[in-house]
Amino acid sequence: MSAITGEQAISTQRSGLAGRISDFFWKHPHVFLAVMLAPPLLWLGIIYLGSLLALLLQSFFSIDDYSGLVNYEFTLATYGQLLNETNLDIIIRTVCMAAIVTLFSALIAFPIAYYAARYARGKWKALFYLGVMLPLWSSYLVKIYAWKLILAKEGILTWLLTKLNLLWLLDAWLSLPVIGGNSLSVSYTGTFIVFVYVWMPFMILPIQASLERVPVNLIEASSDLGSTPQQTFRHVLFPLALPGIVAGSIFTFSLTLGDYIIPQIIGSSRLFIGQAVYAQQGTAGNIPLAAAFTVVPIVIMGLYLWAARRMGAFDAL
Amino acid sequence: MRSDRSASAPLALKIAAAGGLLFLHLPILLIFLYAFTTEEKSYQFPPPGLTLQWFAVTWNRPDVWQALSLSVRVASIATAVALLLGTLCAAAVSQTRFFGRETISLLVILPIALPGIITGIALRSAFSMADIPFSIWTIVLGHATFCVVVVYNNAVARFRRVSGSLVEASMDLGANGFQTFRYVILPNISTALLAGGMLAFALSFDEVIVTTFTGGQQSTLPIWMLQELIRPRQRPVTNVVAMVVVLVTFLPILAAYYLTRDGDQIAGSGK
Repeated sequence: MSAITGEQAISTQRSGLAGRISDFFWKHPHVFLAVMLAPPLLWLGIIYLGSLLALLLQSFFSIDDYSGLVNYEFTLATYGQLLNETNLDIIIRTVCMAAIVTLFSALIAFPIAYYAARYARGKWKALFYLGVMLPLWSSYLVKIYAWKLILAKEGILTWLLTKLNLLWLLDAWLSLPVIGGNSLSVSYTGTFIVFVYVWMPFMILPIQASLERVPVNLIEASSDLGSTPQQTFRHVLFPLALPGIVAGSIFTFSLTLGDYIIPQIIGSSRLFIGQAVYAQQGTAGNIPLAAAFTVVPIVIMGLYLWAARRMGAFDAL
Repeated sequence: MRSDRSASAPLALKIAAAGGLLFLHLPILLIFLYAFTTEEKSYQFPPPGLTLQWFAVTWNRPDVWQALSLSVRVASIATAVALLLGTLCAAAVSQTRFFGRETISLLVILPIALPGIITGIALRSAFSMADIPFSIWTIVLGHATFCVVVVYNNAVARFRRVSGSLVEASMDLGANGFQTFRYVILPNISTALLAGGMLAFALSFDEVIVTTFTGGQQSTLPIWMLQELIRPRQRPVTNVVAMVVVLVTFLPILAAYYLTRDGDQIAGSGK
């Protein structure tokens, strides 16, 4: 018994090349780790981070007004351009839209998440889950297309309102300044509806997850202590669900901030950040300004994520 | 008093939840109706008549087939790359502890957390700086980058449940690392990989924002649809294509759901 040392017990060499390689990795876990991590890190590091940094670098260059060529000298002038009236307008408009879309997404998503978390059981729960997942994953363009069909002047919405004798309501809404327009499909209202429709599903699952973690006996304790259901909701349930709402809002806010296809297809001619980036890099050929514009959502999302983390939203993801 | 477990929901809540779900589903159902309409020039509702002729017209359109074939090729290659990179990354992150683990998770999630337009324009300016001409590979490069995260999310969740002692037992019984991977690890993670792969395929098949920057003149199916949305030329054909796209993306989602429903993770939470 004493003859078998620990060394002998494990040192039976595996034969063959494959065996020797796996023995080597087993004895040198750090080398193994490096071999596993190298392909994904090289791909993401070089292709993704590399091009991202190159882009950000370009925002410190400027464009020569006469030749239209990029002037490769360090300057902050391009960032200065961001602050002129037109561009500042675009930024404010986009941020306001993202905020309102996020608010309404939360309002619509909350009852669905609440029902799914507290009342749906068994088969219904699975049905709710699929009912959220299918719209979430179905094609982005098809969803926009569906709304083009709905909001068109000859479309289903006008038809429905005519049948209900409510067409005057739509006309009154469209005659309002800023949010109105010639028809819903060329107004801010239309853009807003489609944004909410496309991004709202991302809000449901985080809220549901945070509601499911609220222990039932907390609710019971609250009502035992004499609070009405409204009070329980306001002082117990809602604060506990807030991290989930914030987690969901990261998606709705970020996705609205960077989108350029929805306002282009359904909306007025006034630009959003995404459209400005697209126009600057495409027709205008002003890569430095386009790059500076992309810094805006990155900075806003950075601040947003920092605040969300402080509220504990990442645990709800 | 017992909890609200047995009580039924208040009526207002039921109505709000049902209304929310209807809001999500009715527009998609409308797509199915429009695929059969006889109206060519407008989006008239209700449709003046129903017909099957547009399916035949769409079937005979070479541009639709080309776009579809490009989309399928891109999605297949991007999924394969994402499966490889995502699994390696997930294995490294979940089986070992090392400095910088959190940073790696962040790096994987970043392409999907930042707006697609940033990824797109960054890649495009990088391609033009490096003089890389647009090809199917430039599209794949972009798609694979943001598909890694869905495979990674699914694989990490599954790796957490696979006990490390299984691997040690296999090695003790004389299997080498490759045999262990083939006979012990792979059977344990295969459904998670399949689900992740299907979601990655659906994500790539549907992607339009990054593709507008990395595709050049090539048309994937979403790019084809985008052109039709901006300048409608053949509304009935677009209607049929939209319906087919809905069906094609639903199948992988349903399959992914059934493959991972016993698991503890939410398969799509990372989109």
